[in-house]
Amino acid sequence: MWIYEKKLQYPVKVSKCDTRMAKYLIEQYGGADGELAAALRYLNQRYTIPGKVIGLLNDIGTEEFAHLEMIATMVYKLTKDATPEQMEAAGLGAHYANHDKALFYNNAAGVPWTASYIQANGDPIADLYEDIAAEEKARATYQWLIDLTDDVDLQDSLKFLREREVVHSQRFREAVEMLKEERDTKKVF
Amino acid sequence: MAKQMDAAYYHLLHELQAVDFVLVELNLYLDTHPNDLKAIEEYNRNAVKRKELACTYEEKYGPLMHFGHSYSKYPWQWAEEPWPWQV
Repeated sequence: MWIYEKKLQYPVKVSKCDTRMAKYLIEQYGGADGELAAALRYLNQRYTIPGKVIGLLNDIGTEEFAHLEMIATMVYKLTKDATPEQMEAAGLGAHYANHDKALFYNNAAGVPWTASYIQANGDPIADLYEDIAAEEKARATYQWLIDLTDDVDLQDSLKFLREREVVHSQRFREAVEMLKEERDTKKVF
Repeated sequence: MAKQMDAAYYHLLHELQAVDFVLVELNLYLDTHPNDLKAIEEYNRNAVKRKELACTYEEKYGPLMHFGHSYSKYPWQWAEEPWPWQV
């Protein structure tokens, strides 16, 4: 069960139309290491992960949906007043032809999201290492996105998201240690 | 089109986002440090503060949650704009 809360996790302030940045930001919406992939990866893995770390996967997976909504808000606000010409000039002509200004789950190059971006191996260490890698890749992508804009408001929201990746990575690393500790304790008996 | 929100709205929303940030952070931390009593106390203290803030917010700006987790005045307030991406 999920309950929706009618607010963003962190403010997203956008004061101008910027189709160029919208095109790049969509990477974190429907890209391989974007927020959709993250949410679906963790929430799917949680069923078979050892009990001690289910809560963590559940909670981080849920937080990812809040991040997905923040990215969507950025893209929506950056494109809502754009003309077809502005969309085309930013390389979003094909997107406009397919979707008008509706959002879609594709990456910055327009490739649609696919489940093959994510894995559920069933081995808890393998799954958690994939999760750590995903967080690190998302952190790096947020840095590239910050580097691509000089809009301080947009940078502020992106920096928040970048820091969340750092925290998630840290928590997943701790989860690995918890499982190793549990495994070693069992060997004693 | 969504209605324009005043400065007081953004201020209160920001306060709520701030305490919720503390709660998310403590929540994830406690998921991997379940025996940290001080962190649990801080989590519970902030949960109380969160309830009070949400109550103030909802009285002024309408329900934060659906499915019976918030109250509604007449007419039905939940489906009213603005939605988070409109403010």
